[in-house]
Amino acid sequence: MQLTVWTYEGPPHVGAMRVATALRDVHYVLHAPQGDTYADLLFTMIERRSARPPVTYTTFQARDLGGDTAELFKSSVRDAYERFKPQALLVGASCTAELIQDDPGGLARTMGLPIPVIPLELPSYQRKENWGAAETFYQLVRALCLPLAPPPGTVREPRSADRRPRCNVLGATALGFRHRDDVREITGLLEQLGIEINVVAPLNAGPSDIRRLGEADFNVVLYPETASPAAQWLQRTFGQPMTRTVPIGVGATRDFIREVAALAGVEIPPAVLQGDSRLVWYSRSVDSTYLTGKRVFVFGDATHAVAAARIASEELGFKVVGIGTYSREFAREIRDAAARYGVEPLICDDYLQVEAKVAELQPELVLGTQMERHIAKRLGIPCAVISAPVHVQDFPARYAPQMGWEGANVIFDTWVHPLMMGLEEHLLGMFRNDFEFHEGAAPSHLGSTTARANPTEVVTAPAVVELQSQSGEAASEPQVQPAASGPTWAADAEKELRKIPFFVRGKAKRNTERYANDQSVAVITVETLYEAKAHYSR
Amino acid sequence: MSGVVEHLVPATAVLPSAPSIRTERGQREVFCGLTGIIWLHRKIQDAFFLVVGSRTCAHLIQSAAGVMIFAEPRFATAIIDDRDLSGIADANDELDRVVNQLLARRPDIRLLFLVGSCPSEVIKLDLSRAALRLSRSFEPQVRIRSWSGSGIETTFTQGEDACLASLVPDMPSLPAEAPTSLLIVGSLADVVEDQFRRLFDALGIDNVGFLPPRNSQELPAIGPQTRYLLAQPFLADCARALEQRGAQHLPSAFPLGAEGTMAWFAAAAALFAVPQERFDAVMAAPTARARAALQPLREQLSGVSIFFFPDSQLELPLARFLSRELDMRLLEVGTPYVHRSHMAPELALLPADTVITEGQHVDNQLDRCRASKPGLVVCGLGLANPLEAEGIATKWSIELVFTPIQGFEQAGDLAELFARPLTRRNRLVV
Ligand code: SF4
Ligand code: SF4
Repeated sequence: MQLTVWTYEGPPHVGAMRVATALRDVHYVLHAPQGDTYADLLFTMIERRSARPPVTYTTFQARDLGGDTAELFKSSVRDAYERFKPQALLVGASCTAELIQDDPGGLARTMGLPIPVIPLELPSYQRKENWGAAETFYQLVRALCLPLAPPPGTVREPRSADRRPRCNVLGATALGFRHRDDVREITGLLEQLGIEINVVAPLNAGPSDIRRLGEADFNVVLYPETASPAAQWLQRTFGQPMTRTVPIGVGATRDFIREVAALAGVEIPPAVLQGDSRLVWYSRSVDSTYLTGKRVFVFGDATHAVAAARIASEELGFKVVGIGTYSREFAREIRDAAARYGVEPLICDDYLQVEAKVAELQPELVLGTQMERHIAKRLGIPCAVISAPVHVQDFPARYAPQMGWEGANVIFDTWVHPLMMGLEEHLLGMFRNDFEFHEGAAPSHLGSTTARANPTEVVTAPAVVELQSQSGEAASEPQVQPAASGPTWAADAEKELRKIPFFVRGKAKRNTERYANDQSVAVITVETLYEAKAHYSR
Repeated sequence: MSGVVEHLVPATAVLPSAPSIRTERGQREVFCGLTGIIWLHRKIQDAFFLVVGSRTCAHLIQSAAGVMIFAEPRFATAIIDDRDLSGIADANDELDRVVNQLLARRPDIRLLFLVGSCPSEVIKLDLSRAALRLSRSFEPQVRIRSWSGSGIETTFTQGEDACLASLVPDMPSLPAEAPTSLLIVGSLADVVEDQFRRLFDALGIDNVGFLPPRNSQELPAIGPQTRYLLAQPFLADCARALEQRGAQHLPSAFPLGAEGTMAWFAAAAALFAVPQERFDAVMAAPTARARAALQPLREQLSGVSIFFFPDSQLELPLARFLSRELDMRLLEVGTPYVHRSHMAPELALLPADTVITEGQHVDNQLDRCRASKPGLVVCGLGLANPLEAEGIATKWSIELVFTPIQGFEQAGDLAELFARPLTRRNRLVV
């Protein structure tokens, strides 16, 4: 049993729903109690989909348990087939139905439906959403493509010179963080390289498209979290190589272009490799000097976290002070990245632990999921969202990919936006005793209401529902207090500390305390403060 | 005018002209009882709700709440994993460990609810025994109680019913000779509760308790002289538990709209033999305010047809309010469950030809809904945008549970909730 306050991922059947909802002409019959229908709102509210997810829930009740839940499942399958006329059917169980062991796959198979029926075994008590999505996509691809596979051991014929290279683009799902726009950005990039798009899947693909996957020369894996198992199977079965680089950031996009060109056997037009991302110039412009060495904490799914850390460090000149992921399946990628930046990896899906880490590291910017947005809000730290889980405002109306050149532009803007503008930060330093430049002052472009959150203030952030707490006001909740131990501050030293600009004050305070600790100084004086400063600036 | 207040509406016995109720089975598109935690934890401010369930349960609560992240919310899930299921770990030991961990972290908690779910019920994890066992270690510091919000047994608002029922045995006893007391049952927004208290005071009824209380240490007392008046229409189990403690039901329509609120106060006033004059005097100003607030909305909503999908069990009282006070046309009133006797006063006030559906077959109901060309549809979050995309105006039913809508002062707000989607459509020219 694990005590959980907020979860980064839903159960695995929600992953299956993300695949089913992305597809066309596929229906999913889920053996589940009524409460599980909440999952529909993820798609209709958060992603603002205009149609219900193609999911039928059996909604069995306690009184059915003694009777025939299996029969209920079969009649749900029959009704769903007749009503929705899908070309393929996914069937499976949610956590509760898994316990009653009706075997949805076996039951559906006996029904003799004239369409492929794909049973999903998604162990709810071990696995989570992303795994469920990957497994569902893999099972679907396997079921529909296996009949068309060449005999094992067949060597793939080289592409004839008069045919353009072709690839599939794999991994985009419903409810994915910017998947819609990433697909558009990357298919455009591939076309510039003279590569034909064979199939994009699962997003907007139907069973007949899935069956054509084998016709491509190679696979572009946009989201390893959802597409890896399917791509690996396609590699084994159809001899299609797959990409390893995820094109998020300027450097990664260039690497991706090189990798794809090699797989496709095409020349890269120099202009395509150069790209036209404004990030490159914006990051070199003088205003961005103030971004130098900003301490960032990165957390998300592994793919986005690794990419974000690279951009932060190589393309914006930040300093990565922490990196982590909630997906244990990709712990290795995060450990490797952490080693590159010389920080401890945080592999954990416990929101409270992540919060404690952020509080401890005191970064100047948090790059995370919507959970970290809340953590950062509470701690008064600027934050940008880089990964699922995300909320309704992370499905923007405008075109806002994360991948490719435009993705890099979007990232530059979204990450820099919550920070002080360069010159502004400079002025704050110069006029720090001026009454209008006090530390509570927010970046001017964010308006006065977003003044740095008072850490004792409770942040309530209704999203899907505009919740009015019944008491009419947010009740105060106890705060996580940093342990107050170690050396104490003499009054004059504290006064001196307050003269240091607030955005470096936290760091100065920490360094001084650490120094005092190391030197066994019990009371920090002005002297200690400057000794520590000298010590750390060596 | 003289004499004492009499009931405005017949107490029990459905009138011969009351509408009939059709029952339907099929896929339900309704949350489970766990959802109640979202408002209950705001109401009882020293209580913590620990769901014993799966990742699905945790995800449901956070999705339904729209991840309103409080500093650290007073609810959490003990997620059952395969070690608990395979018997590698003893589920009861695990639960004790989690509870210890939690209470060490939250010393401010005085009442802990262990909340059952479908998985905990199917594996027969006995939470009432666990609550007893844990109480032995933690009382009097923390009281530990249990209830189930599982989707196989409860829909949406029934979670509150189960939660309140679990508190009834802890209510202090009143002796048989105690004077008549009134107990208001069902969670109300604090602002509404305060208004009601003031009105009861003005009527000279001072022996009034509220369940749930704002603080778990202040459970109202109960005895054979207690009459309970339901403020919410979904409290079947809690009502049964109250009757086992000797309390008796005071039937009434529910306090939605000016008419419903008036009937509700009249039921209380009749019990305490409040003089009619005093009653009229106290009710006059708030009723006038409510009527004035409703007037412009009635102009807007009059004649608009409305279709309810089942959700909170508030559907019948809402339909009554909308049809009688705003002159809306009821196409179909879907509701998860109709408690025949608690609903009798409401049924008596509904038009005799109202189509009431109990239960759900969501696909068939959607077909009927589209065919009826409704002016407004009340439905859950899963259906709202898809219907809007088809050109049908909707009102999210969940907002009706989270917003203060009861009482005179909120009658206008309640009507406004239904008018807003229509106003918005009129405004938009894109
Ligand atoms: S329906 Fe059951 S399994 Fe689903 S969220 Fe509710 S209690 Fe949990
Ligand atoms: S609306 Fe609230 S819950 Fe949703 S992302 Fe924003 S801050 Fe988070």
